[in-house]
Amino acid sequence: MSAAATFTLDGRPIPFAEGQTILQAAVAAGAYIPHLCFHPDFKPHGSCKVCTVTVGGRHAASCTTRATPGAVVESDTPALNAERRALVQMLFVEGNHFCPSCEKSGDCKLQATAYDLGVTTPHFDHFYPDRPVDASHPDVLLDFNRCILCSLCVRASRDVDGKNVFALAGRGIRTRLIANSRTGRLADTDFSHADKAAHVCPVGVILHKRRGFDTPIGRRVFDLKPISARADSTAEIAAVEADGG
Amino acid sequence: MCPAIPLPPDPAEAAATAMARHRHDPHELLQVLREVQEACGWIAPEAIDCIQARLALPRAKILGVATFYGFLHVKPCGRYRILFSDNITDRMLGSARLLDRMCRSLWAERGKVSEDGLVSVDTTSCTGLCDQGPAILVNGLAIPRLTEARVDAICDLVRASVPLADWPADYFAVDDNIHRRDLLLGATWRPGAALEAALARGRDGLVGEMKASRLRGRGGAGFPAGLKWEACRDAPGRTRYIVCNADEGEPGNFKDRVLLSTAPDAVVEGMTIGAFATGARRGFLYLRGEYRFLLDRLEAVLARRRAAGLLGESILGREGFDFDVAVHVGAGAYVCGEESALIESLEGKRGTPRNRPPFPVTQGYLGEPTVVNNVETFASSCLVALEGGARYAAVGTAESSGTKLLCVSGDCARPGIYEYPFGVEVRQVLEDCGARRTQAVQVSGPSGACIPAAEFGRRIGFEDLPTAGALMVFDESRDMFEVARNFVHFFAHESCGFCTPCRVGTSLLKNMMDKLANGHGSPYDFAEIERMNGLLQSMSHCGLGHSACNPVLTTIARFRPAYARRLAHGEFEPAFDLDRALSAARQMTGRDDPAAHVLPEPETAE
Repeated sequence: MSAAATFTLDGRPIPFAEGQTILQAAVAAGAYIPHLCFHPDFKPHGSCKVCTVTVGGRHAASCTTRATPGAVVESDTPALNAERRALVQMLFVEGNHFCPSCEKSGDCKLQATAYDLGVTTPHFDHFYPDRPVDASHPDVLLDFNRCILCSLCVRASRDVDGKNVFALAGRGIRTRLIANSRTGRLADTDFSHADKAAHVCPVGVILHKRRGFDTPIGRRVFDLKPISARADSTAEIAAVEADGG
Repeated sequence: MCPAIPLPPDPAEAAATAMARHRHDPHELLQVLREVQEACGWIAPEAIDCIQARLALPRAKILGVATFYGFLHVKPCGRYRILFSDNITDRMLGSARLLDRMCRSLWAERGKVSEDGLVSVDTTSCTGLCDQGPAILVNGLAIPRLTEARVDAICDLVRASVPLADWPADYFAVDDNIHRRDLLLGATWRPGAALEAALARGRDGLVGEMKASRLRGRGGAGFPAGLKWEACRDAPGRTRYIVCNADEGEPGNFKDRVLLSTAPDAVVEGMTIGAFATGARRGFLYLRGEYRFLLDRLEAVLARRRAAGLLGESILGREGFDFDVAVHVGAGAYVCGEESALIESLEGKRGTPRNRPPFPVTQGYLGEPTVVNNVETFASSCLVALEGGARYAAVGTAESSGTKLLCVSGDCARPGIYEYPFGVEVRQVLEDCGARRTQAVQVSGPSGACIPAAEFGRRIGFEDLPTAGALMVFDESRDMFEVARNFVHFFAHESCGFCTPCRVGTSLLKNMMDKLANGHGSPYDFAEIERMNGLLQSMSHCGLGHSACNPVLTTIARFRPAYARRLAHGEFEPAFDLDRALSAARQMTGRDDPAAHVLPEPETAE
């Protein structure tokens, strides 16, 4: 039996199991590759492209690219980080993001990733889309303005909760998140705040009511440590939410 | 209300009828929605209620699918839905002026439903009638060769609520316009002859001939068809599928339309030969929605072939050789021409390209091995079956065997279809189609390359200029910046929205090009465009995003003065234009006098 297969990530050997993707193996090994639509509990999806690395010099989304023995993967390079910065800026101008008034500030992966990549301005012209909020549900508020279309809630509701509460609709720049009811309101779906889908939003779309600012600003997940210094930021946010934080 | 136009059927009834026709198979969701749209003019909530209950699909999923496709509407959008083809070739033939004329005549505002609910007028991506434009679709049916007189006549028909079935039939006549025939279009053989030849060669023999022919995919990518068939045949699976990609959405291409019109038997026979080679039992012909007018004729061809023992069970009397083809009609989504998006669409989903690998040849339709080939590839495979691989490979060039159908449009005397052996020079094509004072040629459509006169000695083929077929000709009077801008708008409109770079980047790129067109450009914007191009190319999920920058990159490289003219300012200027922003207020108040404008300060010379 030979030693576990490895690839190198920025020169560091990363072991992987058969079938694992580059990002899955990196997360398991405690190595950081920026990502937004990936969550270790779900099948990789590959839409945000923030986890793009180069494998043998070619660009590839690390969340959906299978790890292969001896592959030379580069991630933390000035060129790739510049491209990621542009992607994050695109996500900021596509929606309506006002961090100072957002309950998710400090726990938000988009904000944390932006800070970590050195994003200081949105750079591009804003689209200012019209995305009304849905406050119909007794326990949860949906603020679509912050949606980055990662579809984690879609996948969680479908694959874990077995409910299909969320779906993506529209096409292109008009793609949007919708709720599964005739009225389109969340209150008219079978959604519950105990659902997995209620706890996977990496940004501030799915917010639990009556919990505003339970954790004061300054003491939130990414206030304490930058996202790149956390082995598994996704698990930590989930833990915070499970605590009712 | 005029009684001449029949009331649309009850939405729930229309949905029930469509679902029954598709055996209540949830994978047929797109077909069901498309048929409800066609019957009722839109997909009402009552129709969705019915589909949701009977197909046991989540409502949000149904809406997700319905809102993905351009020709499906979940809000009422007029009893007459008129869409102007917005390819650059339609524009060169005056489509914008005709659209304005129609809107004025009908008191309609572009993109909105008229207040009486009678009509909506808007644009759509290239409808594949570039050789006989400007073209429109009325309730999904194509009308080519629009003129001012025809626009006026159509407005009268709409105002009088004359049912579409009673409009003059010659309005809907679409020509094939074949100007040069070679191996494929010149061939005369009786339906079934190629299939008999294939059976005589045996499964392995046939695959061997296909490999020997070096026939490569005609959709543009050029994967060897024989290898694809062999890989599908050998892939583990419970069953296999043959899919013919007739979702010909690349602007400027229309050869698949002509092949399906003039040689539908060859296309279906090629699919059947593919089924024999791979062991597939079911096939789909994915017909783009814009070619809806071909559907009834294709169904008739399939019925005739079934009656003749060329489709169905025990084809040509051979026990166990069972294969049938269903036509699946698209609904206005260019991205579905990408093979994995096409398969998603066949499965009744949004047309989002899949992560690859796995490739369709091992995991395609419903996860089973699937061959997806272009219309022209299947038709050409008949020639291989008939004549053998070596004879086919003797035509063309070393890396590009056989012939290619070129779709010529734009500034030339004889637009239409030209079939040449691979290796033909662009110059030769231009001469044959009667192009004069040609400035540039866009090869293969917006995803392809734009070449200037100095490169007209280049050859059509995978070695030099690979192409899906389109060859759009631009004479010296054309502004190549506007050509590129039209293509950039196309990609932004057709981005599926799955990945960040393409979803947001194509729209940003569109806004940047518009900024230049609006006279606010500076070298800063030029650098931004180049940066965005790089980002789209390196980070996008599929070919649409990768090639969205091609029209800009190739025109910047070869027609730089067309861009330099737009860089009106030395220093950065915002895209925001106060005067333009006030246009909505001017429209609301019905004013357009000088006092209703804010004119910019005249800029001092630098």
